Amino acid sequence: MTSFPEAAHVELANVQLRANLLNATDTIRAKRAGVVGEVPDWEELRDAGRAVKADVMARLDEYLVQFEGAVEAAGGHVHWARDADEANAVVVEIARGHSVSEVVKMKSLTTDEIGLNAALAAAGIHALETDFAELILQLDGDWPSHILVPAIHRNRSEIRDLFARTIAPGIESNDPRDLAEAARVYLRERFLEASFGVSGANFGVAETGTICIVESEGNGRMCTTLPNVLVTVLGIEKLVPTFQDLEIFLQLLPRSSTGERMNPYTSLWTGVTDGDGPEELHVVLLDNGRTRVLRDAVGRQALHCIRCSACLNVCPVYTRTGGHAYGSVYPGPIGAILTPQLIGVENAPSLPYASTLCGACYEVCPVKIDIPRVLLHLRSLVPHRRETLVMRVVAWLFGGARRFAVAQQVGRLLQRPFVRGGKISRLPRPLAAWTSSRDLKPVARETFREWWNRR
Amino acid sequence: MRIALFVTCIADTMYPEAARASVEVLERLGHEIVFPREQTCCGQMHLNSGHVAEADALARRFGAIFGGYDMVVSPSSSCVGTVREHYGMTNVFELSELLVQHLGVDDVGASFPHRVTYHPTCHSLRVTRVGESPLRLLRKVDGLDLVELPRAAECCGFGGTFSIKNAETSSAMLDDKCDCIEETAAEFCTALDASCLLQIGGGLSRRRSPVRPLHLAEILASA
Repeated sequence: MTSFPEAAHVELANVQLRANLLNATDTIRAKRAGVVGEVPDWEELRDAGRAVKADVMARLDEYLVQFEGAVEAAGGHVHWARDADEANAVVVEIARGHSVSEVVKMKSLTTDEIGLNAALAAAGIHALETDFAELILQLDGDWPSHILVPAIHRNRSEIRDLFARTIAPGIESNDPRDLAEAARVYLRERFLEASFGVSGANFGVAETGTICIVESEGNGRMCTTLPNVLVTVLGIEKLVPTFQDLEIFLQLLPRSSTGERMNPYTSLWTGVTDGDGPEELHVVLLDNGRTRVLRDAVGRQALHCIRCSACLNVCPVYTRTGGHAYGSVYPGPIGAILTPQLIGVENAPSLPYASTLCGACYEVCPVKIDIPRVLLHLRSLVPHRRETLVMRVVAWLFGGARRFAVAQQVGRLLQRPFVRGGKISRLPRPLAAWTSSRDLKPVARETFREWWNRR
Repeated sequence: MRIALFVTCIADTMYPEAARASVEVLERLGHEIVFPREQTCCGQMHLNSGHVAEADALARRFGAIFGGYDMVVSPSSSCVGTVREHYGMTNVFELSELLVQHLGVDDVGASFPHRVTYHPTCHSLRVTRVGESPLRLLRKVDGLDLVELPRAAECCGFGGTFSIKNAETSSAMLDDKCDCIEETAAEFCTALDASCLLQIGGGLSRRRSPVRPLHLAEILASA
């Protein structure tokens, strides 16, 4: 995995991307703030959301078995997948059993996480993305940079050119309505032909075996109702205990996510029903590192995430670098704490440092995930090697006032060749990282303690 | 009242004017300031960089030095956040919250006839939660023209070692912050943290901006 600073270096060079990103996230932020502000019991809702999720994590084993029983009682099939390979194999096998060459997919981070499209392609099956933004990315071989707005880094002229090359030859307009219409025309035919649908899930209700998805475009409703066979890949952390618990999350999610009071489409299905919707329903329960996260008492709150993306939109780091710098389908602050836990901190050691600990994410999180605290915790688990030595020396200097005063005096001597006009504009590595874009205030002619002693 | 000063390693070394000004303001109000000489650093850098053993040792050291005082004041909201929220040192306060919330003072008799914008640092907003205290103090300063900073609550990009480890992202954030500061046409940008002022001041200085960084204590000490 490319380190965050290296990946950010590439993304930061794209001035257009930064402008687009700030514009788009500013708009969503303002909308969110408006609709959150009008809910009198928003803080209580957040507390309730956190409490429900904490209970789910504490009793996940019971809820999963209860959910499995409820899905099967309603006529569905449940599969358990330890990792991405097992989950992909299950979906491929079901698809092969029905001899399909194409499946229609709704937007799903979980299936992106396991690389389902590539696994299906390897088996000769095309997975068609039907979410507008996901379709754009798929047509261009690109990948998502935002949880909610996957193509936030693309502008409409780029999309018009792409459509002209692919699904809508001859299209000239870059009006969003015309672009959406072109995609709608293209997708509608494919939906009507589709016999096999794949979805993720926002929530699974343990009590009833119900699956819930929320969306804006209606393509998800198409994917889950038109095909004869439906496979839902569900991360095991997505459960809620009872149907009534949805009440909390269906308020928290749209307001935090799109800044809407209610999302346009909320679909709920429980097993199969004769003559209505899919005749065959499969649910793949995916672990893929989640039980590893669950083992960590501090880090496990990352599993509470309901994928609203509010933390991305307020993050001063994400809004500068964009999502690709995070090297995972989970970008932004939540990605910085989730990815290292899912794949092992040693495999993503720079991600917990991709934050100034400003706390803006924690402030907006609808389920109150204390992201700064988890970041600190993960930083303590990163293997530091060389830095540890430096930090030990510094800690030793801080270990006694006399040592510290000597260090201040030494610093004042060492900086002499670099101070010009009361400031330092060039320093050798590693401090050159500071002076490459900023001046540095030098060690004072008289430190505070020297002044105090003289006083 | 007898108040111990927690100067912080950064203010002691690079921003002593902010600490001296804090002493001046409190002494002018009739309080006795003591400076526990054994103090060095609270360990925030180690804690925030993931070096827990070193941070623990510095936390214990801090507790031994400052635990015995009824009231401790510091010109850095970020360091106060660390010792109060992480070490549980509930006797430590940032200067503006001490003045307004605990000493009941919002007019310290200062005069500063300049155009000033206030950058609410992340930790003063979201960890130490100083609330309106600094603004109440600034509004009572004679002659001071307080102008609102656009996108005020957004981080300046300092973030401790973040400013080195992710220097380019840090600089991109700083650039935007400096743009917003310059947009106000203020003469000074003030804040409660010497560390953030190092970052902001460094950015303004590099772009040869006429705006100068100034710690809140320095404004309050001006007569």
